[in-house]
Amino acid sequence: MKYLSIEHLSKTFGSGAKAAHVLSDITLTIGKGEFVSIIGHSGCGKSTLLNLIAGLTDVTRGAITLDGREVNAPGPDRAVVFQNHSLLPWLSVYDNIKLGVSKVFGSTKTRAERHDWIMQNLDLVQMSHAADKRPAEISGGMRQRVGIARALAMEPKVLLLDEPFGALDALTRAHLQDAVMEIHARLGNTMIMITHDVDEAVLLADRIVMMTNGPAATIGEVLSVDLPRPRDRIRLASQPDYVRARESVLRFLYERHRFVEAAE
Amino acid sequence: MNVTALKRKLDLTPKPAAPVVALPTRRPDRLAPWRKRGVALAGNVLPPLAVLVVLLTIWQVGASGEGSGLPTPVQVWIDSGFLILEPFYVYGTQDIGLGWRVLTSLERVAYGFGLAAVVGVLTGAVIGQSALMMRGFDPIFQILRTVPPLAWLPISLAAFMDSGPSAIFVIFITAIWPVIINTAAGVRAIPQDYRNVAAVLRLNQVEFFWKIMVPAAAPYIFSGLRIGVGLSWLAIVAAEMLTGGVGIGFFIWDAWNSSRLSDIIVALAYIGGTGFILDRLVGWIGRVVSRGTAV
Repeated sequence: MKYLSIEHLSKTFGSGAKAAHVLSDITLTIGKGEFVSIIGHSGCGKSTLLNLIAGLTDVTRGAITLDGREVNAPGPDRAVVFQNHSLLPWLSVYDNIKLGVSKVFGSTKTRAERHDWIMQNLDLVQMSHAADKRPAEISGGMRQRVGIARALAMEPKVLLLDEPFGALDALTRAHLQDAVMEIHARLGNTMIMITHDVDEAVLLADRIVMMTNGPAATIGEVLSVDLPRPRDRIRLASQPDYVRARESVLRFLYERHRFVEAAE
Repeated sequence: MNVTALKRKLDLTPKPAAPVVALPTRRPDRLAPWRKRGVALAGNVLPPLAVLVVLLTIWQVGASGEGSGLPTPVQVWIDSGFLILEPFYVYGTQDIGLGWRVLTSLERVAYGFGLAAVVGVLTGAVIGQSALMMRGFDPIFQILRTVPPLAWLPISLAAFMDSGPSAIFVIFITAIWPVIINTAAGVRAIPQDYRNVAAVLRLNQVEFFWKIMVPAAAPYIFSGLRIGVGLSWLAIVAAEMLTGGVGIGFFIWDAWNSSRLSDIIVALAYIGGTGFILDRLVGWIGRVVSRGTAV
């Protein structure tokens, strides 16, 4: 069940003596509807990996294919939820989503259909009440909800989430994680989420991809999380499977691949 | 967990048991906001008025001595008061009120500055997109922008062989540099995030220009335009002094040739006032257009 496949992917910035080998020989296959978390210490190149899948950065060696087609440029089929929401501050919440919707569905949906589609996506993240507000007028968590709605509204084949909740407080983060789980359950999107939060990774993902430290980072281990869905964070906390999964990610990050700052 | 579930949970929390003390409500004072506004207005208007009175007094005292070359404010009022009181009189093709002259000059500025704004923003947008172009062009712009308006006039007259287009060209070439430089700086300062958004949406060049670049760089663009409009108003007076016509600049030159110093002083006040209004106007448009850009 191959949907997104990454084969022997390497990324080098610069060339010659100054070349920085960020990623080396990454091979990963993701099935349709799967939720994959990528976890690793900061600076290990996980964001670079996401940018490569998004097409925002060029691949040095190897290939990425999505649904049978090679990825070599950014496009709305791989919508990104950015770490710092990246909403355009001069547009209202509604217009921010409309920008993408008009671009993707400009020729296939009528004006009324597009409007319904925008409102539907705002409803999905429970933000339709703030449609006319500007990003500066809503809270950080709400902005990130709108960022998710904007990405979903492009009807992407893969939703790429780049540490989307990293800048949020723990309570807001928990609400948004629940929102993402609910959306995943309802729409069955394929999602890839970069995170450095072990609990987040275990709670949300079907598989956790653990990255070794850079330079020339690669996939160290892939852990399948076979916890039944829907998952409830309170009930999971005491479940042995959850605890075991959490422990093995922690072991990977803090025993076998400890973050050494001096390595840079 | 969705919002409704959350609400239900919130309802279960025990109600606060502390006694609620009602605060005495004061009768709203209907005039209060007006009084506040009046005080604020007086605070803004009175200090400059006071300074003006002081300056005029110093001028009056300084210029009233025997053999003084300059007229006193009172003398200016006696000689040329009608220019202030009747800005829009028409007694003949060359004998018209200063209001008309200012409007004629403003028309020239509108052409010259309008052209400079359009060309400047487009050029700045193109140059700002590439670091190499920026490195190539920026030093040249920095040199050209220091050339005073009058120095362009001979070249302009030689090129256009007509005073009308020459005056407009001088305004254009004076006003364009800050517009280009600021727009380019604004485009360079567009956050990578917005570029990524544009890339994911596959916006083309034109869409990127209108939907991302212009709004994102609006504060920079408008500060360039504001400097530009000030410079073009400086240039108009210089240009008209030499090219003639019925503008306010030529009026000063004409009055100087017929030794009407009081008229010149009134014309200066007109020029200053108009320049001030132009500056505020562009500043205001900038604030309206770029509202919400800065977060």
